[in-house]
Amino acid sequence: MPTLIVCEHCDTVYQRAPLQPGQRARCLRCAAPLYRADLAPPALLALTLAAAVVFLIANVFPIVSLDLQGSSSQSTLWGAIHAAWDSEVGPVAVLVALTAFFFPLLQILLLGAVLLALRRGGLRRSLLVDALHSLRFLRPWSMVEVFLLGALVAVVKMGALAAVQPRPGLYGFAALTLLLTALNSFDLHRLWECLDE
Amino acid sequence: MSSAAGLPRAADLGLLSCLACGLVCRALPATAAPHCPRCHAPLHRRKPASLSRSWALLIAAAVLYIPANLLPIMQTSTLLYSENDTILSGVLTLWRSGAWDLALIVFVASIVVPLLKIAALATLLLSAGAHSRWRRRERARLYRLIEFIGQWSMLDIFVVALLVALVNFNSVAQVRAGPGAIAFASVVVLTMLASMSFDPRLIWDEPQTGSRA
Repeated sequence: MPTLIVCEHCDTVYQRAPLQPGQRARCLRCAAPLYRADLAPPALLALTLAAAVVFLIANVFPIVSLDLQGSSSQSTLWGAIHAAWDSEVGPVAVLVALTAFFFPLLQILLLGAVLLALRRGGLRRSLLVDALHSLRFLRPWSMVEVFLLGALVAVVKMGALAAVQPRPGLYGFAALTLLLTALNSFDLHRLWECLDE
Repeated sequence: MSSAAGLPRAADLGLLSCLACGLVCRALPATAAPHCPRCHAPLHRRKPASLSRSWALLIAAAVLYIPANLLPIMQTSTLLYSENDTILSGVLTLWRSGAWDLALIVFVASIVVPLLKIAALATLLLSAGAHSRWRRRERARLYRLIEFIGQWSMLDIFVVALLVALVNFNSVAQVRAGPGAIAFASVVVLTMLASMSFDPRLIWDEPQTGSRA
C-alpha cells in the first residue's frame, strides 16, 4: 500500500500528501518527522561525487602537523588509526577505522552505485536491495562529523605543548562533514520507491 | 494529546510497516514469519524482544561506565614528567589551560551525554515496560534526542587516537592510549546498540496491544 505511510516512532497511519519544496510532514501523535520534500536523485548524485573527491583529499593530506623543539610530526586519519593500533588498544583502532574511514567510504561508494544504477539501470535488483539495506545500517555508525570535532579538540590540546598547524586534510574533513550531513539527511525510503518505479 | 487520540495505528488496522524500506503491508494471519515484499526484510509488529535486548545492552554499558571513568584513557610522558589522564582529568587539564569552551564540549560529550543516555534509556525502558501513559510525547522526544546525540560521545576516542599519532617524539614527549579508552568506546557502542534495540512504538502501546508484541 504505497499511498500509506506509518510513523516509525509511534505506529500512526497516514495518507501520503504531496509536499512543496522545503516542507516536511510531522507525526501528529509523537511529532517525529514523517517525510519531506527531498533533493532529486540527480542532485544527490552530484553531492555524492563531490563527497568522493573530498574524501580522497581529506585522507591523502595530513590533518595537523606538530613542531616540538626542532622535530616535527604530522598525521593523517590513517596514521592515527595505525598509532592507536600500536598503542595496544586494538579495539579502539578498529572502531576508529570503521566509524571514521570505512563506513563513510562505503556510504559514498554504495550511494553513488545505487544512484547511478537507478539512473541507467544495469545493476541487478537483488544487489540494489542489499546496497540499500547496507546504507540504512551504515548511517548511525558513520561519524565523520564527530571525528572533525575530535581533530579540533586535539589541535587545541596540543597547542599547549607545541606549535600546531592545521593542514589541508583538516579542511577536507570539514567539507566532507558538510557533504555527508546533507547526504545523511536524505530519506532512504525515497530510493526504495525509485526502485519500484 | 486529545487531538491525536483518534488517529489510527497500524497494529489496530492489521497493517505492518517495514522498518527497512517504509512499505506498508497488510498483516496476513496465515504467515508465521512475514517478509517485506519490496525489500525482503523480516516484518515485525514491534522489534522482537525489544525491552530485554535493550536492558541487557544498557546494563552492560552501565557496568563498563565505571572502568571507563576510573582507568586512564591516555598516558602522557615527557622528559620532565609522566601523567595518566582519565576522562575527567583531561577535561580539568583543558579547563586549567584556559580552553574553557573546549573543556565544556568534551565534558558534555564524554561525561554528561553517556550518563544522561543511560539514565534516559532506563527511564524509557521502565515506563514502556509498565505501559505508562505518563508524558508520552515528551518520552518520544527524549528517545529521538538519545538517537541523535549517541555518536557524539565518540569524541574523546578520536582525540586520543590523534594525540597518540602526533605526539610521538620518542623520549622527548610521547602519548599512549590507556585501557580506559577500550572501556569508554565499549560504553558508546553499547548505548548506541541499546537505543537501536528499543522500539519507540512501545511508548504508545496500551497494555492489551502491547502484550502481543
